[in-house]
Amino acid sequence: MPIRINLTSIFVDDQAKALAFYTEKLGFVLKNDVPIGLHRWLTVVGPGEPDGVELLLEPDEHPAAKAYLAALVEDGIPATSFAVDDVAATVRELEANGVRVTQPATPMGPVLVATIDDTCGNLIQLTSPA
Amino acid sequence: MEGMGDVFRALADPTRRQILDELVIRDGLTLFEICARLMTVHGVASTRQAISQHLAVLEEADLVRTRRVGRTKIHDLNSAPLRAITDRWPITR
Repeated sequence: MPIRINLTSIFVDDQAKALAFYTEKLGFVLKNDVPIGLHRWLTVVGPGEPDGVELLLEPDEHPAAKAYLAALVEDGIPATSFAVDDVAATVRELEANGVRVTQPATPMGPVLVATIDDTCGNLIQLTSPA
Repeated sequence: MEGMGDVFRALADPTRRQILDELVIRDGLTLFEICARLMTVHGVASTRQAISQHLAVLEEADLVRTRRVGRTKIHDLNSAPLRAITDRWPITR
């Protein structure tokens, strides 16, 4: 029974805003956009990885989701983490593009990490090999 | 000299001294960053709750101050209370 991970998700406070940020600022590519009631089944994939793992931009409508996100952000805990080739270069590029970097490139053992604000209620960690 | 006891108590713990070491390297850390640095750089295997309590002790001694950036709580080093030590016992050479 081969089983695989095809989807991961993060809560966002506004799906349209999230789609703009994740595609225009981070360079992800829209994969699925299906209306479901008031919301959308909205996923993006990595550039050059159309069949890769999809990231679901999920509405944070449930009160518990909002409380959870607020608690994570208060303590600076990223909602998820993405891989890049070079964190330091990526951070410079993102900052030039108006993205708020909340933690500059910092060595953490075997990886270099940085954290950005996705403007949709999440801190996002970026990592590259140190 | 009231309050100095808090400073000595705060400094008496190795993990709390490592937290201050990290804040000397870079001010303005979140709880997550402090935990991550302690784990990856110092091999500290404390829980987030334990680190949070250490930060509370440091804050009580006024060695750490906190502020908000957006909705995130940020920790800064405040080394001013250390001056009381050399004011009381001056370094003569």
